[in-house]
Amino acid sequence: MTEVLTAGAPLVGLFVTCLVDLIRPSIGFAAIKLLEDAGARVEVPLAQTCCGQPAFNSGDRADAQAIARQVVDVFEGFDYVVAPSGSCAGMLKLHYPKLLADDPAYAERAKALAEKSFELTRFLVDVLYVEGVDATYAARVAYHESCSSLRETGSSWAARRLLQSIRGIDLVELPDSEACCGFGGTFSVKYSGISSAIGEAKARTIAATEASCVVSCDLGCLMQIAGKLSRDGKKVQARHIAELLANMIEAAPIGGERIQP
Amino acid sequence: MTTLGSDFKANAAKALADAELQRALLNVKRGFVQKRVDAKARLPEFDTLRDEARAIKLHTLSHLDLYLDYFERKVADSGGQVHFAPTAADAREIILKLCRDADAKLVTKGKSMVSEEIGLNACLEEAGIEAVETDLGEYIAQMRNEAPSHLIAPIIHLNKETIAEDFRRSHEGLAADRTLGSAADLVAEARAVLRQKFLAADVGITGANLLIAETGSSVVVTNEGNADLTQTLPKMHIVIASIEKLVPTLEDACTILRLLARSATGQEITTYTTFATGPRREGDADGPSAYHVVLLDNGRSEMLGGSFNDMLSCIRCGACLNHCPVYATIGGHAYGSLYVGPMGAVLTPALVGIDHARDLPNASSLCGRCEDVCPVRIPLPSMLRAWRERDFARDNPKFREKTALKLWAYAAKRPRLYHALSGAAVKLLALLAGRSGKLSWLPFAGAWTRNRDLPAPEGETFHQLYAKRTQE
Repeated sequence: MTEVLTAGAPLVGLFVTCLVDLIRPSIGFAAIKLLEDAGARVEVPLAQTCCGQPAFNSGDRADAQAIARQVVDVFEGFDYVVAPSGSCAGMLKLHYPKLLADDPAYAERAKALAEKSFELTRFLVDVLYVEGVDATYAARVAYHESCSSLRETGSSWAARRLLQSIRGIDLVELPDSEACCGFGGTFSVKYSGISSAIGEAKARTIAATEASCVVSCDLGCLMQIAGKLSRDGKKVQARHIAELLANMIEAAPIGGERIQP
Repeated sequence: MTTLGSDFKANAAKALADAELQRALLNVKRGFVQKRVDAKARLPEFDTLRDEARAIKLHTLSHLDLYLDYFERKVADSGGQVHFAPTAADAREIILKLCRDADAKLVTKGKSMVSEEIGLNACLEEAGIEAVETDLGEYIAQMRNEAPSHLIAPIIHLNKETIAEDFRRSHEGLAADRTLGSAADLVAEARAVLRQKFLAADVGITGANLLIAETGSSVVVTNEGNADLTQTLPKMHIVIASIEKLVPTLEDACTILRLLARSATGQEITTYTTFATGPRREGDADGPSAYHVVLLDNGRSEMLGGSFNDMLSCIRCGACLNHCPVYATIGGHAYGSLYVGPMGAVLTPALVGIDHARDLPNASSLCGRCEDVCPVRIPLPSMLRAWRERDFARDNPKFREKTALKLWAYAAKRPRLYHALSGAAVKLLALLAGRSGKLSWLPFAGAWTRNRDLPAPEGETFHQLYAKRTQE
């Protein structure tokens, strides 16, 4: 790591994630800004699609492996791989090495990729030594801890620390913050009723804090939470943590009304 | 016993619509989560103990034959007898024969999930032997002809008012003005009835939280003391336990006991922790004159050394249930199986086959909190995935799900195609949503939009926008 830092700006491959690509590109641009402001060079390889979790979590091991190999091929040349998502970063970091452990051509490469893969906020704090951001957001903000950023990428501390550095922010802790929002990827549609009921409890908890905005490291959670808050008529904005940190809040909130059509 | 429907989705929908159940389920979070956090905070070596306990259990499992053999000898040395039961039917037969030999008319029972697993009560009743559950929760479940809905809190699905009604219905001669408003009232009423049963019972049957090879002992923990009365008053004590309850030494048992109550209820130790070794010896103040241990396999030895080996290190504390968002939302009965929550979703397919339990490992957001709180660090989410892989590999009836996934995977493996398709899809969805920024209804997406709005895409994919930006 030190070698890279002393040799010049580290080259980061941005793993955009499929949800950010499809639903909310602004998160990707916020991530690029944060990384570049912190001194990294960022490239976005076009040959990326998804980390493979829908297959992996559905028991489709063969497709999950094929996608994992594709990601290794595309990203192994970078100094680091960073994703604006605990879930996708966790997939690269924890699950790829196990998925490809029996593949002689990929086992070692998957391990090497895992070691340099990070969730965005953790990368900013732990690798680029970012202590704070140049952003202002004067409002009460609730931080939703995504399960993967909490348990797989260990981003809790970094995410909170960066949020705290935003000027004017009134950061509130959610009661039982370690509880899942019920998204769970394909779980959200396969077991829609259960997923939605879990989401409802989370949305209620968020609304009860009287925060005007909820942020998280994961867009999946935010789609679930925003979808639930909106259906229940609650006026809480949902935004990805990168948007606030990068001071890029021009876009309408997730699932929120557009200012311009 | 009411047979539970095996249609998980229908059960879950019913549970979600059951206001009384939903009210009762609030007690899961209220009653357990914070108490465990506090108990853990008071014991700095808690996580180290978890590593130790895990090592003890995994070591025992990898030498299970040896320890079972040793345990059997030690039980015999202390005057008791071990019976091996390969299947549930074998276990029922062994216990029934023991009861008949003792000329039993009345059997008292301590709380035992394994006795539920083998369907013991029904078997005894069929043979004309009255079996009475003496754990308050199990007593009420039996009164209602229901299965327990939680490992350690069998009637967590019920509210106090419902229980009071049950007592009025089944305790004949209960005065109409008798107050049953508080838990203490209910305990007093149950105790009055159970006292007579304890004294009259011919055989006492308990489970075991632990079996100790070194001493040939069975260990039971309770907060009610009912298991002590069950195992010391009648002339025969039968322990029914599954083979993986074994630990090598007394000290190992103590390591696990330090974790069990803390993980379960947040207590440092349960009110009663009782070690039983053989029948009453000369000079003992009390105890049964016969001591039998029935060791149930029922598919467990098949799990040894395989993908689900670690599941056998479960100590049945219930922490994974207490912290599971799915369990907290639908309760135990919806699972349609005896073992519920994350541990049940891994264990049940191993016991009954994935064909009969495919929803259990699939119905999880894989949030990972179960593994986080498991006192023996069972990798439950990985095992849920392992079951999903087996489910996916077999001739899965969920054809639509599988087809959709295969189509998606086809595209995801071809970035050019994927980007072309996603660009078009995103454009369409953004158009449909218009200025609202959300979709409240969408063909083929009812599973999402029925209960939630779908945040709409911004209009172009990241890759499209990025390409434009870099061309500029």
